[in-house]
Amino acid sequence: MTQLAEDRQAFLSHVTRDGNGSASAAAPEWLARLRRAGLEWFKEVGFPTTKQEAWRVTNVAPIARTAFVGARPVDLKPDDIAPYTFRDEAACELVFVNGHFAPNLSSTRALPKGVTVGSLASQLDKHGALIERHLGKYADINTNPFVALNAGFAGEGVLVHVPHSAGSARPIHLLFVSTAANEPTVSHPRVLVVADDAATATIVESYIGIGQGAYFTNAVTEIVAGDGAVIDHCKLQEETPDAYHVSTTQIRIGKGTNFVSHSATLGGKLTRNDLACVLDGEYAYATLNGLAILNGEQHCDNNTLLHHEKPNCPSHELYKYVLRDRASGVFKGKIFVQKDAQKTNAKQTSKSLLLSDDAVMNAMPALEIYADDVKCTHGSTTGPVDEDQLFYLRTRGVDYESARALMTYAFAADVTRRIKVEPVRRRLEDYMAAQHGLPQDLRITDLSAHDEGVL
Amino acid sequence: MAALLEVKNLHAGVKDREILKGVDLVVNKGEVHAIMGKNGSGKSTLAQVIMGREVYEVTQGDVLYNGQSILEMDPEERAREGIFLAFQYPVEIPGIKTSYFLKAAVNAIRKHQGKEELDAVEFLKLVREKMELLKMDKQYMERAINEGFSGGEKKRNEVFQMAVVNPILALMDETDSGLDIDALKTVAQGANTLRSPDRATVIVTHYQRLLNYIVPDFVHVMMDGRIVRSGDKTLAQELEAKGYGSIEKEVAATV
Repeated sequence: MTQLAEDRQAFLSHVTRDGNGSASAAAPEWLARLRRAGLEWFKEVGFPTTKQEAWRVTNVAPIARTAFVGARPVDLKPDDIAPYTFRDEAACELVFVNGHFAPNLSSTRALPKGVTVGSLASQLDKHGALIERHLGKYADINTNPFVALNAGFAGEGVLVHVPHSAGSARPIHLLFVSTAANEPTVSHPRVLVVADDAATATIVESYIGIGQGAYFTNAVTEIVAGDGAVIDHCKLQEETPDAYHVSTTQIRIGKGTNFVSHSATLGGKLTRNDLACVLDGEYAYATLNGLAILNGEQHCDNNTLLHHEKPNCPSHELYKYVLRDRASGVFKGKIFVQKDAQKTNAKQTSKSLLLSDDAVMNAMPALEIYADDVKCTHGSTTGPVDEDQLFYLRTRGVDYESARALMTYAFAADVTRRIKVEPVRRRLEDYMAAQHGLPQDLRITDLSAHDEGVL
Repeated sequence: MAALLEVKNLHAGVKDREILKGVDLVVNKGEVHAIMGKNGSGKSTLAQVIMGREVYEVTQGDVLYNGQSILEMDPEERAREGIFLAFQYPVEIPGIKTSYFLKAAVNAIRKHQGKEELDAVEFLKLVREKMELLKMDKQYMERAINEGFSGGEKKRNEVFQMAVVNPILALMDETDSGLDIDALKTVAQGANTLRSPDRATVIVTHYQRLLNYIVPDFVHVMMDGRIVRSGDKTLAQELEAKGYGSIEKEVAATV
């Protein structure tokens, strides 16, 4: 047996010992099948290595070599997670601790009529057919080995269902808390969002860590939206500095649907986010924006795919990185345009701010176009703080350090100000201000003053 | 008493290219000077070097402010000592609210000058008055710095900021370019309110147009990194009538 195969066996023998591994007890047959298929496939392919193109600059060997055990539930008090909750600003808030649903910390009281939000396990009886129809269909176990691994433990997680014409823009907050301890643990959060035609939904996934020690979050989210839906999705990652975070988000949107995604990475030692959106109907519009603020030796790899399947679809993508110390960032942005997807209008931009000589950025745009009447542009910049802007601020009496702090804030705020979900935006901007000891009153709160489409 | 600004045999440039080749200029309090010249004559570089732009290396000469050399001072120190540069190309800074930035700037300068910092109410009062003077849009303070503004709006903002900061030495770099006649008048009016026996203004411009509204006490013509002629406001009119060509010939003849 090779070293890697041993890693994989050892990994699985630990992981299945308890915690999420025991969730398999009372599963319906189709779910048991999905789990078996996931585990079998993971055993077959194992962890990706840097020899594979998609993982060339992100080495997950530290995950493969760690003997993680399935994370067990831990009782938390509302105070423990207070800074991360949205309270009355959310339509509902589901809290998971170490991958296990925590009803005592959750609330669904302001949920709009007809909308279902609940733990997957609790919805199996009532919505079994709906879940069976969609779960694992967009994030197929072949997507990447981590999806297969996640499928192997499917059962705990979230179902969001917004029926025809229902829903509201008030956020549905899914808060995944990990409590780090002595023994390294793993959890496999799973989110399924089904939005029917003309549905409206704002979904926020927060991943946070409490305590000290290594743990691994292996999340998979599937979002499927029908025609004419309006979906706003945010993913806020504030894991602890010792955490590993791998996530796969697969989206499929129908005709005329407007999908907006904001992904922010602040925490984690090693983060890999795979985000793919299939524009599967004419005039569908996708916006994928992202921000990573990293220091120390943090590494964040955002691997995005905009898959244009049908004609007349615009897509916008803006990813920004603020890198300090020896932090490293990776951005891979692929735009795939199918033969039939004429009049595609795709614009991709990635910008990185390097605040130290040792920070490293790796930006890789990739266009794969089979239609002949399309407009696809991509641009990428990496560098220090803009000298012209710095000089401008200094000529007004602002000292060098403050000017640099302001510029760094402004660089990141260019992404956060596009976020329409106020508690997410506020949390990020307060974090950015606090990093530099800046006050909160520099926030621009007038949203009408800018156009979200302008890059 | 020392002049407010004294530029002595100033040589400066970037890398191997010398742009300023020995500039001499004396500006006293109460005076308005206009520096005119064609594109590339070095007039904007002069303004930036006085303000402390680090990309330009000073190789010879000195810049004295109130009798003290300021070449070793950072731009922010110069600003706090009362020097202000209205930019030829004001920079857009998305993500920073103008009100925050301007209050921070005003208070950094006040603190340095030993004055009490302004609180929110006092600051707002000061700003409102100047906004009216410059006919600024009410939304302006809530917006990001210069973001999405037209060239003319940006120039107006520069003069607005100048009026709020109330500098001792104002450097206006091509503030007139990109302005229509109404905006030009508004901007000139704003600049004229700064005229006082305790302050001075240096206007860098290509055209005489702005000088109809901000009448200078002295006019200097810059050519190839040097001031080649100085005179009163009639020099600007002469330039307007005859063009830079006649002076070029004149200078060539005297060399």
